[in-house]
Amino acid sequence: MRIAVCIKQVPNTTEVKINPKTNTLIREGVESIINPFDMYAIEEALRLKEKFNAETFVITMGPPQAESALKEAISMGIDNPVLVSDRAFAGSDTWATSLTLAKAIEKIGNIDLIICGKQASDGDTAQVGPGIAAHLNIPQATYVNHIKNINIEEKWIEVSRLLENGFEILRVELPALITVVKEINEPRTPSLKGKMRAKSIQIPVFTNKELQIPENMVGLNGSPTQVVEIFTPSHKVGGKIFQGDPDHIIDQFILEIKDLL
Amino acid sequence: MINYQLTEEQKMIKDLARQIAEEKIKPYSKEWDEKEEFPESAIQALAKSDMNAICIPTEYGGMGGGVFDLCLAVEEIARIDGGVATSYAATFLGMFPILLNGTEEQKKKYLPDIAAGKKLCAFALTEPEAGSDASNVKTTATKDGDYYILNGTKHFITNGGVADINVVIAVTDKSKGARGVSAFIVEKGTDGFTFGKKEEKLGIRCSPTRELIFQDCKIHKSQLLGGMEGLGFIATMRTFDYSRPGVAAQAVGIAQGAMELAIEYAHKRIQFNQKITSFQGIQWMIADMGTKIEAARALVYASAKAADSGQKNIGPASAAAKYFASDVAMEVTTNALQIFGGYGYIKEYPIEKYMRDAKITQIYEGTNQIQRNIVALALIKEFGK
Repeated sequence: MRIAVCIKQVPNTTEVKINPKTNTLIREGVESIINPFDMYAIEEALRLKEKFNAETFVITMGPPQAESALKEAISMGIDNPVLVSDRAFAGSDTWATSLTLAKAIEKIGNIDLIICGKQASDGDTAQVGPGIAAHLNIPQATYVNHIKNINIEEKWIEVSRLLENGFEILRVELPALITVVKEINEPRTPSLKGKMRAKSIQIPVFTNKELQIPENMVGLNGSPTQVVEIFTPSHKVGGKIFQGDPDHIIDQFILEIKDLL
Repeated sequence: MINYQLTEEQKMIKDLARQIAEEKIKPYSKEWDEKEEFPESAIQALAKSDMNAICIPTEYGGMGGGVFDLCLAVEEIARIDGGVATSYAATFLGMFPILLNGTEEQKKKYLPDIAAGKKLCAFALTEPEAGSDASNVKTTATKDGDYYILNGTKHFITNGGVADINVVIAVTDKSKGARGVSAFIVEKGTDGFTFGKKEEKLGIRCSPTRELIFQDCKIHKSQLLGGMEGLGFIATMRTFDYSRPGVAAQAVGIAQGAMELAIEYAHKRIQFNQKITSFQGIQWMIADMGTKIEAARALVYASAKAADSGQKNIGPASAAAKYFASDVAMEVTTNALQIFGGYGYIKEYPIEKYMRDAKITQIYEGTNQIQRNIVALALIKEFGK
């Protein structure tokens, strides 16, 4: 069994501040961490590795410094890292990112299960995981809170999904992609031997030379999403309090609403 | 305050120990203390992170580090929870006799499992009548063909009941005194080996302290430590030489944790319209805490490095580190609580636990009075012409 975990390096959101003039994140001096939801994906892959003797891969798309996120995953026990990095990939939206990651997974080859965190703590879209499954044309199960069973011979996985009003038990064919929620496990800390291994490991880099994705499908050019404006929502405080007898209040209230429409 | 120029590997150990302490210990520390509950998840997290492999040689699956590396880990754990630090360090206390005096077969049989975190250890010396007077043990091991029959009761045994591997000190030949004492490796589950009363303690409450009871417990001679009788007392003394810097590091960690909490509190606490850290009375308390902790740390690190360098007769150095650091821990935790004022005396605040946990470091692995004896005798022997 071969498992791939897709992770994203994000700014530690507990420390992030926004530049009020440009409305962009101030990234200088902010520590980069593995997206917290992806930590659960890594842990679940490691548990499957222990249970099924699976071979595990960790993939991230980002600038060269995203290596440190891969190394952290290695220090926790993941076997093989892959960095997907090319200037041509810069500015990718969730569509282009998920296509690029799907191509990287195809290039690794023979992956039975892809695990992603349910969403990234910076973008919060929850689109990349499902996007990868769509591009690879494989089944997906999102918001998984428990892997109930895996049958490698019959090639299926049975999972529980955490929905707003209950749990949904789903059996999907392998290869498949799942996104996981924090209820699924408690991520482990790295090990000393893992950290030693991470220190010396050579990380293979997939550029577009290896992935051969047409230029109009990667990076900014390949991204249908256009960011028109970024702004900090203004905080509106207080409200209007109407006083007097009920009939009068209702009249006033209706007038006020009409003004807004 | 002082940068100790740690190597990359030592930084790795320290950082990882801190991460485990912050993530896997801190959130549960109060509950474990209240319920006197064994911190299974924390001990497992430490074991899985190779923390039990630190000072086991690489040929037995360890990291090949030394006592100093162990001290770095213990200090970081104790900074958050002195009780978890006790249970963690107790595995090394039970491991050291095997490493220092075990036969090659015994090392091969036990050290890899200890390094891999699969087995926890305990060291069983203390008896009701044999505390500071360690040679006065009453537990007997009587030879019977290829076996020894153990009878007696050990008490106050850290990790008693949870340890898989127990190194037990017993008398094999009463006529030979200290030279008639031997050590045995007794596995949990051996017939005739049971557990008695679990003690309720003032501090380090999550670390189990229990009686070990041996009733006609049959031990194969291959479990005799070092393959020969009479090694018990020597193995014990050597073990303590290596383990005492660890207790001292635990004391430094407890003191450091208490000082940090006190400063954090004092910097928020407003009295007379100002932070109490603006008062010189508090400032001088903080300065004394920090300086004494740093002095203790320097002595602990030096004694640990002396042990690692293969120096002979490290007993006085590790005894000095143990009693100095634990006395500092008691003083610092008491003053840290004082800075918290009335709130410090209330269980809702974390500081009182540090004071309770600190006390044992002055008592166990040789009382501080016994430590002073060791230091005094060594100095008199050297300079008393």
